[in-house]
Amino acid sequence: MKKLKKWINDNTYHHSEFWDLKKLIEKKEKNDLTISLCLPTLNEEKTIGKEVVIFKSELVDRYPLLDEIAVIDSGSDDDTREIARNFGADVYLADDILPDIEKKKGKGENLWKAIYQLEGDIIVYVDADISNIHPRFVYGLVAPLIYRKEVKYVKAFYDRPLAVSGGVRPSGGGRVTEILIRPLFSLYFPELTGIIQPLSGEYAVRREVLEKINFPIGYGVETSHLIDVYTRYGLEAFAQTDLDQRVHENKPTRALGKMAFGILQTFIKRAKALGIIEKIDDYKTILRQTQAKDNIYEQVELEIVEEERPPMIEIEEYRKKFNKKVESK
Amino acid sequence: MTKSFEDILSSLEGIKGKAQELKEILLANLVMIGEIPAPTFHEDERIEFLMNRFKEAEISNNSVDEVGNGIGILEGKNGDGNILFVAHADTVFGSKINHTIQVQPETVKGAGVADNSLGLSVLATLPTFLEKLDIELNHNLILMGATRSLGRGNLEGLHFFLSNFDRPIKAGLGIEGVELGRLSHTSIGMKRGEITCEVPEEYDWSRFGDASAILTVNEVINRINKIRLPQRPRTSIVMGSLKGGTSFNTTALKATLRFEIRSESSEMVQDIHQTLEEIVTEVSSRSGDTITMDIFAQREPGGISFSHPLVRHTRRIMDQLEIEPRPGPSTSELSAFIDKKIPSITLGLTHGDHIHESNESIEIEPIYTGIAQIIGTLLAIDGGYCEEA
Repeated sequence: MKKLKKWINDNTYHHSEFWDLKKLIEKKEKNDLTISLCLPTLNEEKTIGKEVVIFKSELVDRYPLLDEIAVIDSGSDDDTREIARNFGADVYLADDILPDIEKKKGKGENLWKAIYQLEGDIIVYVDADISNIHPRFVYGLVAPLIYRKEVKYVKAFYDRPLAVSGGVRPSGGGRVTEILIRPLFSLYFPELTGIIQPLSGEYAVRREVLEKINFPIGYGVETSHLIDVYTRYGLEAFAQTDLDQRVHENKPTRALGKMAFGILQTFIKRAKALGIIEKIDDYKTILRQTQAKDNIYEQVELEIVEEERPPMIEIEEYRKKFNKKVESK
Repeated sequence: MTKSFEDILSSLEGIKGKAQELKEILLANLVMIGEIPAPTFHEDERIEFLMNRFKEAEISNNSVDEVGNGIGILEGKNGDGNILFVAHADTVFGSKINHTIQVQPETVKGAGVADNSLGLSVLATLPTFLEKLDIELNHNLILMGATRSLGRGNLEGLHFFLSNFDRPIKAGLGIEGVELGRLSHTSIGMKRGEITCEVPEEYDWSRFGDASAILTVNEVINRINKIRLPQRPRTSIVMGSLKGGTSFNTTALKATLRFEIRSESSEMVQDIHQTLEEIVTEVSSRSGDTITMDIFAQREPGGISFSHPLVRHTRRIMDQLEIEPRPGPSTSELSAFIDKKIPSITLGLTHGDHIHESNESIEIEPIYTGIAQIIGTLLAIDGGYCEEA
């Protein structure tokens, strides 16, 4: 685990290390990089206005770190799209992107389609439901990619020491991370346990990586990215940045069950493909949860199918738009 | 060449348009400033943000003074006179209140957004507005985020600055988030304080059901209500808040009334203060409870007249922008300027709702007009149109 310790030392940052935006932009220009911000949305009218205003003012007008800000919407029925457009974001309906391909619904779908729609060499994804949004959510993630060519994928984590005594404090993710992801990674991908918050929805990635990996369209997208990028490029491709606190609405436990079920499907699919679990039956896609009504207990059955999009490079329209060829394996 | 006042009036629409073009920068400043809690005496983080903005605007002459005021000076071409624009940095909200701000297409909502996060963010954005408008001033423009203004702060920040800044100030302008149309040019006399009643902790059976600090403070309130206030000079006693007790079934041991005495005459303020002292002494001796009165803020009445060139020209600017001026007295920063005999006014930027509640909100669209009004007034002062002959 020496390697993991070294990786944590070398590749874990705090956003404050990148406060000098002038220097960051100079380096970005020197490296001839373009950066796109993708905000995937579904009914986020409460928070989207603020996110667009902050990023446009600070990272487009004041410091030109971002070359485009795009909202990719799953079909909100509130005013999300109108508000985002009003404050200067480019707004796309996910269904309108690659219209000849069968439509699917899910956050992962929006992230995948962003690779086709957006132009940047780096795409930074930020969830649209963050109420304490700040420019650090973007510059903290893109900076390691700008300064270090070997880094390909930068993940956010959030640490909030309220009072620390003795210098040691547990540092971790949410409930699904601690109960499901970290035990699974400890069993099968121990090096990935160094990633403090594997499920955080904020990350910045180079296009050359994004176009080559699968995209589950539902809950499994973050887990699949970590496994796929790790198996393809190794731990060295990752970095992570502490963005301090992130304030958003907490999900009820029942919703976390659905999330964990989707993630498990994604994980098992990869475990089989990589041959790390020798024999495992095809899994079921029905999640059964129990609920009580007065004294009667009943089962609720939810069908959760973790569909996946292929690597974008396999889509002909994408290859045409970006003048790319499929690499021979 | 100095612009004529008519030129200034005709430039207002253009200024308003430019303010609208820069709306994301202004709103981003509003969000970032507004989400930093700044109860009175704890404004340092907000001031740090303001100073960063001044530094980014390449204002080399900037500093934080002994009482925490954040000051940036935009140097003018002539450099001999100074104009002071001030916005108070503190809010009435404690640091534990949720300061999250919501931006909607037409409104911005959140604790303190109107009073006075908007005022401070316009101050922070002013160097950018002036640069984009290609405005170069003759006078130095001092931009100041003032600390310790509200409540017990008693305008300490601005008083400190005015007492220690050794160069003459030609005019002062206070920037407040609300209400657009506000044109305060006089300050009323004021004393602000608390009356606290405390009853002994031991239960006294002889005063069964009677030994409550709330009842004692109620007696004080009844006495205050009986004070006859004159119609001229206009005078009032504002009972602002009342706090007392802890639960349903225990006697309140402590109760506090917060109040302000306001009058156009400082003698009248003094007379009422005297009367309150007498009420406190009398109720205390009759009830046997401990009653204390603490006066911690005061203002002297004064100001400039309605016909002063500063007020007159500001009114014309407001007319041009179709803002209905609402002249009147205030207890804001003006009184600190008045103490130093500096002509000054306070202006509001937009319309607001639920002021001093956690869902305080402001309208976005009128802000552009509010900014045009402030920059227009700045140009009028700078052009020498606001001085008495």
